[in-house]
Amino acid sequence: MAGKVKWVTDIEKSVLINNFEKRGWVQVTESEDWNFYWMSVQTIRNVFSVETGYRLSDDQIVNHFPNHYELTRKDLMVKNIKRYRKELEKEGSPLAEKDENGKYLYLARGLYLSDFVPVTYMLPADYNLFVEEFRKSPSSTWIMKPCGKAQGKGIFLINKLSQIKKWSRDSKTSSFVSQSTKEAYVISLYINNPLLIGGRKFDLRLYVLVSTYRPLRCYMYKLGFCRFCTVKYTPSTSELDNMFVHLTNVAIQKHGEDYNHIHGGKWTVSNLRLYLESTRGREVTSKLFDEIHWIIVQSLKAVAPVMNNDKHCFECYGYDIIIDDKLKPWLIEVNASPSLTSSTANDRILKYNLINDTLNIAVPNGEIPDCKWNKAPPKEVLGNYEILYDEELAQGDGADRELRSRSGQTPGPKGGRSRDTGRTVLTTWK
Amino acid sequence: MKCHRPRVGPGRPFSSCWRPVPAAWRARAGEMLQEESDLSLLIAQIVQKLKGSNLYAQLERQAWASLQRPEIRLESLKEDIKEFFKISGWEKKLQNAVYSELNVYPLPSHPAAPPEHLKEPLVYMRKAQGSWEKRILKSLNSMCTELSIPLARKRPVGQQKELLNKWNEMGTDEPDLSLFRPVYAPKDFLEVLINLRNPNYENGDSLSFRTHLGLIQVPLKVKDIPELKECFVELGLNIGQLGIDDSTQVPPEFFENEHVRIGQKVLAEQDSAAAQQYIRQGSPTALRAELWALILNISSQPEDLLYYEQLKTNVIQHDLLVDSLIYKDVKLTASNDDYYFVFEDYLYQVLLCFSRDTSVLGHFAYNSASPPKSYIRGKLGLEEYAVFYPPNGVIPFHGFSMYVAPLCFLYHEPYKLYQTFREMYVRFFFRLHSISSHPSGIVSLCLLFETLLQTYLPQLFYHLREIGAQPLRISFKWMVRAFSGYLATDQLLLLWDRILGYNSLEVLAVLAAAVFAFRAVNLMEVTSLAAAEAVLADLSTLKVMPLLQIFLFATVT
Repeated sequence: MAGKVKWVTDIEKSVLINNFEKRGWVQVTESEDWNFYWMSVQTIRNVFSVETGYRLSDDQIVNHFPNHYELTRKDLMVKNIKRYRKELEKEGSPLAEKDENGKYLYLARGLYLSDFVPVTYMLPADYNLFVEEFRKSPSSTWIMKPCGKAQGKGIFLINKLSQIKKWSRDSKTSSFVSQSTKEAYVISLYINNPLLIGGRKFDLRLYVLVSTYRPLRCYMYKLGFCRFCTVKYTPSTSELDNMFVHLTNVAIQKHGEDYNHIHGGKWTVSNLRLYLESTRGREVTSKLFDEIHWIIVQSLKAVAPVMNNDKHCFECYGYDIIIDDKLKPWLIEVNASPSLTSSTANDRILKYNLINDTLNIAVPNGEIPDCKWNKAPPKEVLGNYEILYDEELAQGDGADRELRSRSGQTPGPKGGRSRDTGRTVLTTWK
Repeated sequence: MKCHRPRVGPGRPFSSCWRPVPAAWRARAGEMLQEESDLSLLIAQIVQKLKGSNLYAQLERQAWASLQRPEIRLESLKEDIKEFFKISGWEKKLQNAVYSELNVYPLPSHPAAPPEHLKEPLVYMRKAQGSWEKRILKSLNSMCTELSIPLARKRPVGQQKELLNKWNEMGTDEPDLSLFRPVYAPKDFLEVLINLRNPNYENGDSLSFRTHLGLIQVPLKVKDIPELKECFVELGLNIGQLGIDDSTQVPPEFFENEHVRIGQKVLAEQDSAAAQQYIRQGSPTALRAELWALILNISSQPEDLLYYEQLKTNVIQHDLLVDSLIYKDVKLTASNDDYYFVFEDYLYQVLLCFSRDTSVLGHFAYNSASPPKSYIRGKLGLEEYAVFYPPNGVIPFHGFSMYVAPLCFLYHEPYKLYQTFREMYVRFFFRLHSISSHPSGIVSLCLLFETLLQTYLPQLFYHLREIGAQPLRISFKWMVRAFSGYLATDQLLLLWDRILGYNSLEVLAVLAAAVFAFRAVNLMEVTSLAAAEAVLADLSTLKVMPLLQIFLFATVT
């Protein structure tokens, strides 16, 4: 009785198309009756816009939430997290207590709430606030990022006010800005003490699938990876312009002289874990990974109230995280459309499996979807995903059932011992 | 050794006033005497070795310093100092040093045995190693002449400065290496081993069920599965292992937690022998770096850092031809490896220094190989002008850098990394590329592998042989590299744990056979060497310990 799922996409990537075809789904065009549309962010804007939008029927699913930009635009993410913090403060939550200097106090978990995003300001809106902050520590480095761009485009580092004074005062004629002056930038404190391995800077790319925001249900893909720069890191000011030292985006690194097409400068997260456990010990490594999971959940909780929790939607985000040399993780940004381009053979396999597991969760049994379903897939279909946070289960349980590392059973904020719901192990993912 | 033994010995007349001593007693007494004299010889040797070491100097200093202490009394000086050593942990350090010597140095076979016997007792093996060395040297020299590059030269000051600046990122300085070739690759070495023959042994032309069907045709004694089971008893089915009993499905209370606790205790006691016993069940990731250092008896003293810095200076000042070989090797292997590319620069820092480390020459006393000799220009043949080349006597081959790469996951200070690698080399890795009859030597490992396969998987072995895919041709490269670059790093480290624990490389041959057993079904269907290689091309998903355990303890013998 069930027909074949009809799919559309405006992203021509083999890892997607192969997955659709292997399920025996049928390709159709946008104007026809479709069940599954893997769309780009431009298209989702159209679908849900007031002028051009249309209602989705119960058997249609799309791969973005209508206002995902609340999380995926750098300025809005920061705004939402700051707002979330304030709300917790108002509620009198112990999570948001401040000390006498107005700085947020330590939690029982040992993590400053909201102190996982580097200090960020919007430009030109917060220009004066930024200048004040800059003057407090004039030797600091800051990173300028255009709000709506990806792949490291338009990013540059500054360490002198004059470098952006020019921009903000005279935005029409500055060479830094190559597009419309309406473009907003964020400026964040640059983490100039990243954890280095082999002397090189790297960041983490983690995939997180959200099937619903209220109740929040999200999954973490076990096979994340580290992206290494091809050039040795140096905080020296003479190299601030050298993007090969500072920006880990593959789109940038692959143009470097030393880029290697076999490994693509990528390491699996399990390699990272093995290295850190061997050289730093188990407790600090487990703590690091716990904190990373916690950061992700917090960021999702922060935007959950403002997110349009349309039942036709799911979304697979690409989280970018940097670890500093004190083993503290920082959330850099969240990508709505993580790259599906493969830079190496292993990469292709990884992304193929990622889409495969994502589809298994989002479109159960590969059958024509029904949006009324409860979005709670059985454990067997998770594949390489693990439950990161399930609000329903958590509330039923009375304790936060978040993803925990195998060792280090840190007590949750409510003081109870949480059970191990998921264990990260040293798996090889090839 | 206190035992009551009758007084017998050569030359003592069997006088009638003595009770007649049974022959069996006499024989046993003779044995014990021999053992005792062996032991004394061994003790004398170890004492001799340790007398020259840093530890001896330290103990001496400590002994002198202890005279100030109130508990040291003149009447019982010796006992009191001994007691002091025990309490302060110095005795433990001495124990560890002695234990280390016992592990590394083979027992002397006979006091009158010449030094070559310590290197290699069998003449034909020595000869084969000698001619192999000549070939390598010839290859190196001809490369040298072809490219008109000197074997060694002093760097001009400008270049020295440049190299010093670039010390932490030598990977980016890519000289033109296109004209360099590795001196040899594992497959060249395999051909030599295949042609090894014992001139005293007549194989006979007639095939019987005893005929060895493999490539290695020398009659060395290798263990069979029952003997291996005895040897590797801690890998048994009912004994907890890391690599098996720490997987997600197993609650940590069953084994892992307790094992970690014991590991911490072993480290606190700083006992080498205990650590070696402990690590047979695998090492927890967080304890591995320290455990290996303890087993290898490496303590990072300031002198060690200085020594490393001295080697670094040597690298800066002089350029060796082998440096280019090292460069080339790293670029060809580790730089392209998914796990190890990150550590490229460390590899240069370790290997370039290693080439200049003359303390490595010490291991040639028990290595069948000998360091190549070179002569100062114009003084060919004059012994006073002979130097070892490279200074450490080890010529790197294709894949050599992969011995170092996995260690980068454990140590991130170059001098610690260096010490560990050097110790691993002079204890284990050298055996993988020299021709000898040692049970852990590559020849024995190859024979062990082939024998295991032929005995316990005869159908598979025969099939592969028929299609021209002799199994050793595929597994040789795994064993020569101790599986580095073929297994996932966490699995490799679990394997190397056992090498350290059992002080033997035999586990490499057993694993190779276990891999073939694991993929036997697919291998039975292939019809060419290429297809067999393809089936065994990717070992990165294998879990080492279950494979070993099943092969040894769950195979019908």
